[in-house]
Amino acid sequence: MIERRDFLKGCLACGVTAATVSVASGKAMAAGSFEGYPDAMGVLVDLTRCVGCRSCEAACNAEQKLPEPDLAFDDTSVFSDKRRTTEKAYTVVNKYQVADKETLFRKIQCNHCTEPACLSSCFVNAYTKTKEGAVIYNAKVCVGCRNCMIACPFNIPAYSYSSPLNPLVKKCIFCYDTRLKDGKPPACVDICPQQVMTFGRRADLIKLGHDRIQANPAKYVDKLYGEKAVGGTSWMYLSSVDFDKVGFDGHIQNEPIISNVKDFLGFVPMVLSIWPALFTGVHLLATKNKDGHHDHEEGDHQ
Amino acid sequence: MHAVKRQMILGVTGILMMLVSSVCFGAGIPDKVTINSIQKYYAPVSFNHAAHINKLKDCGLCHHHTTGAQVTDPNCARCHKNSGAQAVVSCKGCHTAEPFTPEALKQQRDQQPPIYHRDKPGLKAAYHISCLGCHEKMHGPTGCQDCHKRNDGGDAIFKSGKYAPKAPAKPKAAHH
Ligand code: SF4
Ligand code: SF4
Repeated sequence: MIERRDFLKGCLACGVTAATVSVASGKAMAAGSFEGYPDAMGVLVDLTRCVGCRSCEAACNAEQKLPEPDLAFDDTSVFSDKRRTTEKAYTVVNKYQVADKETLFRKIQCNHCTEPACLSSCFVNAYTKTKEGAVIYNAKVCVGCRNCMIACPFNIPAYSYSSPLNPLVKKCIFCYDTRLKDGKPPACVDICPQQVMTFGRRADLIKLGHDRIQANPAKYVDKLYGEKAVGGTSWMYLSSVDFDKVGFDGHIQNEPIISNVKDFLGFVPMVLSIWPALFTGVHLLATKNKDGHHDHEEGDHQ
Repeated sequence: MHAVKRQMILGVTGILMMLVSSVCFGAGIPDKVTINSIQKYYAPVSFNHAAHINKLKDCGLCHHHTTGAQVTDPNCARCHKNSGAQAVVSCKGCHTAEPFTPEALKQQRDQQPPIYHRDKPGLKAAYHISCLGCHEKMHGPTGCQDCHKRNDGGDAIFKSGKYAPKAPAKPKAAHH
């Protein structure tokens, strides 16, 4: 990962020629080969436990010192829409009618990919994947280009449009500054009454997730979402219904998005002048196989 | 025989240790239990233990195998079919209030035997998963404030009551 980040730095500093060379060396490293830091932490989210109380949204708002919400956090009218993350809400809980009398809630936030597409797509190198597992960013260097927003397979990064002249990226940072770096669980995990989220070493959580399925095969679909998706994510999910019924992209690729976008990246400085075309291209690649992806439809009319 | 007796004594001591307030229901079983693990946001719950015992009869529904009740979950029964009453029966005796500290995580990982009890919820979740799960099935109250009224700290974090958002947010761009 370090090499890749350096490679991206190279793109920025040296322009097209250097970048093209770097792309070649980047290719030599098989995409998806990065297993992640051995002690990286993660979160196992069990959708079957969530009761939709929105405590996690409230805790995130307080912990991240986000602006006042439009509605109180105990207001359940928000469930009539499928919301996405915004500059004011790094996490949102949506409600899904999955069967006649059965609803499931799903909390959305950054999944903290092992090989993050946002990081790969950022040509000012604003993003870092920390050894603890968090994908964080340096808003000071962000130029507001929105590449990461387009590259993210989960539609997570939002922009502070309230500042039209200086829109900066905003997203869940796994409570890195205030908690994760000191070994503490994130605020949303901490407050959840149902322990929907289990915090631990990612490697342990993979085992825990499979054990939970094995102990109760009638309750869960036999899949740990995020174990493999886009090269692995730090936040992983268990569900009692097919994942596409609760807004996940069930057909998401297992290879990291970087394998799609890296060829593009070498050309970034050149295509700055053909901005819209770049966006369309990266978007198409990042959303490959995304037919019928709910998040996306929702994201589009926001 | 001696061993059994000792276990029983231990069991009773355990129950006694659990008491918060009590008018005894037989051998030291509390009628009321005060639960205040989230008093930052909610008033304590005065849990009517006696009423729940009367209604459910089966201690194992909440206390698993620890009271010596017959366990029905096949996963538990593999070891606890005849394991008898335990010294500790209270929720907080086994479910830790802080399940995700580095120490708690290490303990969970290193515990012996290494296979079972690994996925044990923390105290707050043990209450909620057990209480809410059953209330849903038996049509008991399920709203947050049906069991514990939110206090000022709770209103503050939920942006409710006197902390409610003043007006629907206007796009700030209008100022420019
Ligand atoms: S706090 Fe937990 S139970 Fe409540 S909405 Fe969030 S994830 Fe679901
Ligand atoms: S990990 Fe922290 S920043 Fe991310 S959703 Fe939870 S509370 Fe918010």
